[in-house]
Amino acid sequence: MWDAIVNFWQFHSPVFSILLPAFSAFALILVGYPSLDSHKHNRRLRTSRIVGLMTTIVGFLLSINLVMQASDGDINRYYLGEWAAPFGIALTLDRLSALMVLLSYLIALPVLWYATGGWDQKGRFFHAMFQFQLMGLCGAFLTGDLFNLFVFFEILLLASYVLLLHGQGPLRFRMGVHYVVINLLASALFLIGLAMIYGNVGSLNMVDVARILPTLPAEQFAMAQSAAMILLIVFGIKAAIVPLSFWLPNTYAAASPPVAALFAIMTKVGLYGILRVNGTIFAAASASANAQLSSWLLPIALISALFGAIGALAARTLGRLVGYMLLSSVGTILIGITLFSTQAWSAALFYLVHSTLVVAAFYLLAEWVSSQRSTVADALYPTFAVKQARLLGALSLLLMMMIVGLPPFSGFLGKVMILQSSVGLSGSGIIIIVILLTSFIGLIAMVRAGIVIFWQSEKPIELIQTEDANQHKHKMAPWHLPSAFLCLLAALIGLVVFASPVKQYMNATAIQLKDATAYQHALLQYDKNNDVISERLFDPSYLPYVKNMQGTTISEHTDSAEIVVQKNDQLIEDAVQVKNPTIATNSTVKTPQLPKEVTSKLEPAGENR
Amino acid sequence: MISLEFLVASGIGVVTASGIFLLLRGRTFPVVLGLSLIGYAVNVFIFSMGRLIQDAPPILVNATRATDPLPQALVLTAIVIGFATTAFVIQLALRSRYESGSDHVDAAIPEQSSHDIQNNMKDQP
Repeated sequence: MWDAIVNFWQFHSPVFSILLPAFSAFALILVGYPSLDSHKHNRRLRTSRIVGLMTTIVGFLLSINLVMQASDGDINRYYLGEWAAPFGIALTLDRLSALMVLLSYLIALPVLWYATGGWDQKGRFFHAMFQFQLMGLCGAFLTGDLFNLFVFFEILLLASYVLLLHGQGPLRFRMGVHYVVINLLASALFLIGLAMIYGNVGSLNMVDVARILPTLPAEQFAMAQSAAMILLIVFGIKAAIVPLSFWLPNTYAAASPPVAALFAIMTKVGLYGILRVNGTIFAAASASANAQLSSWLLPIALISALFGAIGALAARTLGRLVGYMLLSSVGTILIGITLFSTQAWSAALFYLVHSTLVVAAFYLLAEWVSSQRSTVADALYPTFAVKQARLLGALSLLLMMMIVGLPPFSGFLGKVMILQSSVGLSGSGIIIIVILLTSFIGLIAMVRAGIVIFWQSEKPIELIQTEDANQHKHKMAPWHLPSAFLCLLAALIGLVVFASPVKQYMNATAIQLKDATAYQHALLQYDKNNDVISERLFDPSYLPYVKNMQGTTISEHTDSAEIVVQKNDQLIEDAVQVKNPTIATNSTVKTPQLPKEVTSKLEPAGENR
Repeated sequence: MISLEFLVASGIGVVTASGIFLLLRGRTFPVVLGLSLIGYAVNVFIFSMGRLIQDAPPILVNATRATDPLPQALVLTAIVIGFATTAFVIQLALRSRYESGSDHVDAAIPEQSSHDIQNNMKDQP
């Protein structure tokens, strides 16, 4: 009994991690939004907080389970509707997707906890949108189908449009218009890229596309590669790499703090797309494609890293400062991705985890600091000292050391790993110079911010401070922000303490990503000649190949005719069961009811072979 | 005789070009129109990527030729998503106009620097 439950759970866990936030979001919409002047206010708010937090906790546990499942090296597939891989949508659970889902929840859980402290009352349906966002993230990371990736991108973007506007105000609407228009244009480009891939490759399953690409004639191959470049632009807009990154710092600075912290994962969705689609599918197709992509991307990555650091130097508010540091870290990760070695990919993934956590933590810290600086808020002007000067000063110092990448922390480890992996390559000198220069400029920017906020301050005027503090207390629960921040800080310190096992997981991830044949064997089905079953004309006798019934998979060595006969017997049995009313109703629901002609057609197909 | 492929391709090109022109305008309404036009062009583009085949059913039963049904399914998905996003962006543009008093995409406050706006409008929790 217990084994059956565990098996069921393991088998369905990829789709559960998408369905859980989805259903939770629908439920949260039904709960409704609290209207401020009604007595129902508290009950609705409390219900949606409980539902949101519980779902996120369960999702977090589920994502740990996903990582445990993926860490043994198997690539788990999940055929939606049991349609076999190139014909239907397949979810793919490998090390990378499990890692990204876990990372999303690592950010989402503290951020949601912080938001329940008061920010979720500042607009409607915060919790529902938060869950939709998580659903889109999980789906985008888990799907193995390019068009499905687009659909989940749209889900997470639509949720992010609303979340960005959360709290409202003219500035958010202004930034919201920019953000939405840019991303809608990106979606249109995404569709163009996908259509070109389908028109030239004939498949949209990631693994199947990777398999077919090298066999294409030169013309179609070039078209498919140009489609991949269009997708690179799309992912570049999401990831905010240099010519496409100008929207990010202002937009994120305008977002409400919990949303900005959650959006730390959004740029990583773009990087994930570059790594997954451009890195493992299109660049792997031929050596020239690989060289072409890295010759384009490496300079862009270097410029992104530098641009972010210089922007941080020029930033005049704390929010924009963090935004530019985010750009810089995106550039650094992209340097690792464009080096295309397993070592560099594993280093880039390690730095990706660090950067996501540290940026989210920094957005929370910026809000904590600016909430105690009455009028100037997060602007980098000297004003009265913050109330908890010592505590905030120490935490800021710690976090600034982390974000810049100073020795004892994970940012340092990540940067060293990327530098190590670049040794011996042609552009290694420039890479080392740029990364060191980026860190140095980032350090100056951070030191400047620290000096302005903590050292150039005057003694607080008692009157203003107390009034402000009282106002603050009524609106926000005081402990949510510090506790959420400390959770993220603990995760960052955990990343240093457990750097070795994490790095080993990343190494295994990078090696797995390079192993295209393993993905093919895990996802696609083979016939008796060991050819991939990818194109089949419409014929009922192919049904067992196309529609993969639960639990029955076609092994490579059995004769296909046998399977067809087996399947036929089963189908006929099922048909008999349907007729017999004494059989439990459950079985009639589960078994596919094929019309008589189909079953009769199936029989000779078995004999012919 | 103009081929159907040429006609469809140039049609998509013209609509996309108009869409990009409108997208680059300063007011939100033309921008929304531009996005819709680009959406239409993209939908026809996806459709035509299944190749233009005349007089053939999308489902092969007894026919010898068939059009590819998959791009049609993709287009349906894209249309639904495009519809939702267009509705959202129109609502957003209206709200932005209401909040800022201007239908310019930058909310038309060229005199003030962005920093000042941020200070004025930052909500103090």
